[in-house]
Amino acid sequence: MSQPILEVRNLVKEFGGIRAVDDCSFSVQAGSITGLIGPNGAGKTTAFNMVTGFIRADRGEIVFRGERIDRLAPHVIFRKGIARTFQIPRELRLMTVLENLMLVPLDQPGERLWRSWFAPGKVRAEEERIYRRAIEVLEFVQLIHLKDELAANLSVGQKKLLELARVLMADPQMILLDEPAAGVNPTLMKKLAGYVRALRDQGKTFLLVEHNMDLIADLCDWVIVMNNGRRLVEGKPEDVRRHPEVLEAYLGGAYAAAHPGAPA
Amino acid sequence: MEWGGIIGYGLFLLIYGGIYAISALGLNVQWGYTGLFNIGVGGFFLVGAYTSAIMTKGPDFSHLGGFGQPFLVGVLAGGLLAAVLALLIGIPTLRLRGDYLAIATIGIAETLRLIVTNEQQLTAGVWGIGAIPKPLWSTFGDSYNAFYAVVVLLAMVLVYFAIERGIRSPWGRVLKAVREDEAVAQAVGKDVFRFKLQALVLGAFFMGVAGALFAHFVGYISPEAFEPMNATFLVWVMLIVGGSGNSKGAMLGAFIVWVIWSGTEFVAAALPPTFGPRAHALRIVLIGLLLMAMLLWRPQGVLGEERQVSKLVRNEPAGRSAQGG
Repeated sequence: MSQPILEVRNLVKEFGGIRAVDDCSFSVQAGSITGLIGPNGAGKTTAFNMVTGFIRADRGEIVFRGERIDRLAPHVIFRKGIARTFQIPRELRLMTVLENLMLVPLDQPGERLWRSWFAPGKVRAEEERIYRRAIEVLEFVQLIHLKDELAANLSVGQKKLLELARVLMADPQMILLDEPAAGVNPTLMKKLAGYVRALRDQGKTFLLVEHNMDLIADLCDWVIVMNNGRRLVEGKPEDVRRHPEVLEAYLGGAYAAAHPGAPA
Repeated sequence: MEWGGIIGYGLFLLIYGGIYAISALGLNVQWGYTGLFNIGVGGFFLVGAYTSAIMTKGPDFSHLGGFGQPFLVGVLAGGLLAAVLALLIGIPTLRLRGDYLAIATIGIAETLRLIVTNEQQLTAGVWGIGAIPKPLWSTFGDSYNAFYAVVVLLAMVLVYFAIERGIRSPWGRVLKAVREDEAVAQAVGKDVFRFKLQALVLGAFFMGVAGALFAHFVGYISPEAFEPMNATFLVWVMLIVGGSGNSKGAMLGAFIVWVIWSGTEFVAAALPPTFGPRAHALRIVLIGLLLMAMLLWRPQGVLGEERQVSKLVRNEPAGRSAQGG
């Protein structure tokens, strides 16, 4: 936990008249598992989408490994080493689980049409390599038995695993998980947490948006709390959990009324 | 019916079915694999036909011409110009939502039909371009249709293998991912715009080639040959009937629908003259009913899509690759 891998500075995003993200700044330390929490509408997912390039920020800077990425397209940001999952799993429905993964590696020679025509040997050799990698990843997330199944036929939990597996095919430096525990049973949640920890130990950095406080407490070394588009507080999970401003943000005026002495 | 008539019809079936199959294969790259809603197939077909006709003819005062190029040059030029048109349509529309491509393609196809109708010094307008050279006409004489059927089928097979190679490799996998969910393709680093543009241009190239083959076979083209019913709608029905997302299906659908389409023409011709115009309208109704029946009872088409497109991997029994040669 030394230097930030990702820095977000004074980020602003308005939708119509609503400021979803309002002068928000935070940073994520390399090799950490950082949680981004906050009540509904706090601007977490919007911030998330700006970091990954799916939404363009109105103002502010996003710096990843010393380089500004806030004007780049999503596919370029992915190439820089940031991969994401989607809150509601977005599988490629009419493609097999294996194909969902084999799609991912960058700059495959066979992605150029003329090479598929005139250099099939090279394309085939690379396909073999990508295939073996996909099998490894499927074994890691224990979806190997479903490799030839259409992604549309997977259960919600399996689709969550597929999202993670897709990200792993790319070997990114940083992984952004959007509500990995939503709709997932406790057993699978433990499994997911185990994968995240194993990957962090391999040197990957995680930023996750999550509502499940147990998972946050269990997994994260650092938590950033957002409210009304701004960073409210940050700290270790156990400190943040008891922080009066966080309780106020989650529970609203009821807490403030019951605790008149608490800072507003 | 005598043997001569049956063979003659069979050759027409192979030639027209083959030409339509090439168009349908092109549409399958665009719609079947990439999800691009091109409803201006006829526009690309028209560009191919007119380009090749003008490129290959000798001097003719009634329209632009005098280039006198060989058949093959004309056909390739027809495909290339159709591809350039696709590029010009694709660049402004493919970054937008799918509807914009649909509007642009149908609009351009209709505009092109009006251009060839009105720019008389270029295309001879409604009189059309006649005496389009038929390659090796004098060599084959009476058996010309048999020769041309071979030419068309060879072209179709070549187009089929070119597409299959691309589709079975990672290129086709990205196209399919774009069709399934663009956001996912972007999220894993694919330049979605570039792949959509490639699919649109490649498909349009084949439609242009089909148009050129058509022009050289009939020997005479005029704007009415490129009305949306014949040149666009029929190709869509062929792809849906045969199986969108399956190259073999696209070809099969082309032949099936052409048999129905031309067969009903015989029936219409056999009816008393007073039924004539109504019979023509009923043919279109019949094709519409076929389309509805397919969509209701077999929406995946006769053949349907294969489960896995990436066939270069040693996944299923070894050696069963779709490399084709």
